[in-house]
Amino acid sequence: MPVIDVDKDLDALTMTITAEFEADAERLWQLWADPRQLERWWGPPSHPSTFVEHELTAGSRTIYFMTAPDGEQHHGRWLIEEVEPPHRLHMTDDVVDDKGRPEDGGPVGMTITIAETDDTATMSIQTHFTDRPSMEQTIEMGFEQGMTEMLDRVEPLFGPRE
Amino acid sequence: MVVGKNPNQDDDAATDLLFKALADPIRRDILRRAHESRPSVSALAREHPISVTAMQKHVAVLERAELVSKQRVGRESIVQTRSDALARARAALDRLEAQWRGRIERMEQILETDKGDT
Repeated sequence: MPVIDVDKDLDALTMTITAEFEADAERLWQLWADPRQLERWWGPPSHPSTFVEHELTAGSRTIYFMTAPDGEQHHGRWLIEEVEPPHRLHMTDDVVDDKGRPEDGGPVGMTITIAETDDTATMSIQTHFTDRPSMEQTIEMGFEQGMTEMLDRVEPLFGPRE
Repeated sequence: MVVGKNPNQDDDAATDLLFKALADPIRRDILRRAHESRPSVSALAREHPISVTAMQKHVAVLERAELVSKQRVGRESIVQTRSDALARARAALDRLEAQWRGRIERMEQILETDKGDT
């Protein structure tokens, strides 16, 4: 299990999760920089994600959607704010409608920090709810996706998928 | 309030309760209904092919995960989603943790797979 630390602050509404990987910082950065790699991990297998526009440059806008098992598409948008390859990335993640207009609730802030040691690298992701509605949105979507995330976690116990 | 630098037992236990609570389609349905209106336990039982007693057990699981609270109104038990900020914050942060644990596992799989390719 690569997760080495989880820190939740109920007042500041932040959750920070840190994982250690047997890879270098550059390889971990690629997981974020390459849209085809992003698509392999951003959505759970039940909700595959498609990144339509994505470039890690400050000021750029990422457009993506996730497809639910019933075919419904959930659209999202990132605003890339700070980029320091391969160590730091800051962005906001918004739920938007299919016209790209933000839904109720402010964005969720995400700060990714990648640090390299001798033969491993750690990736730390801090997520921050900017307001209560964005938090409620996460809970609502969690009803649907929380279940599949959980199955993702137990499935390895029963052998590989496919 | 900072909930520990390391994932402590209370935190893990809360996350487990949340997973268990969400693992059942009937309980997810209860949550949706309780969020939209304030149904009674017996009204909820009528929506599913289960007894009132079985429904009470489902509601109790959701109560332990701090997702709903129960209120006695006359002879009825009314179920509502908990709106106190702390419980909502915990539910949202637990949700994020679960989401990111899934993502990190998939990242790990990608790194493993790609290593195998080269």
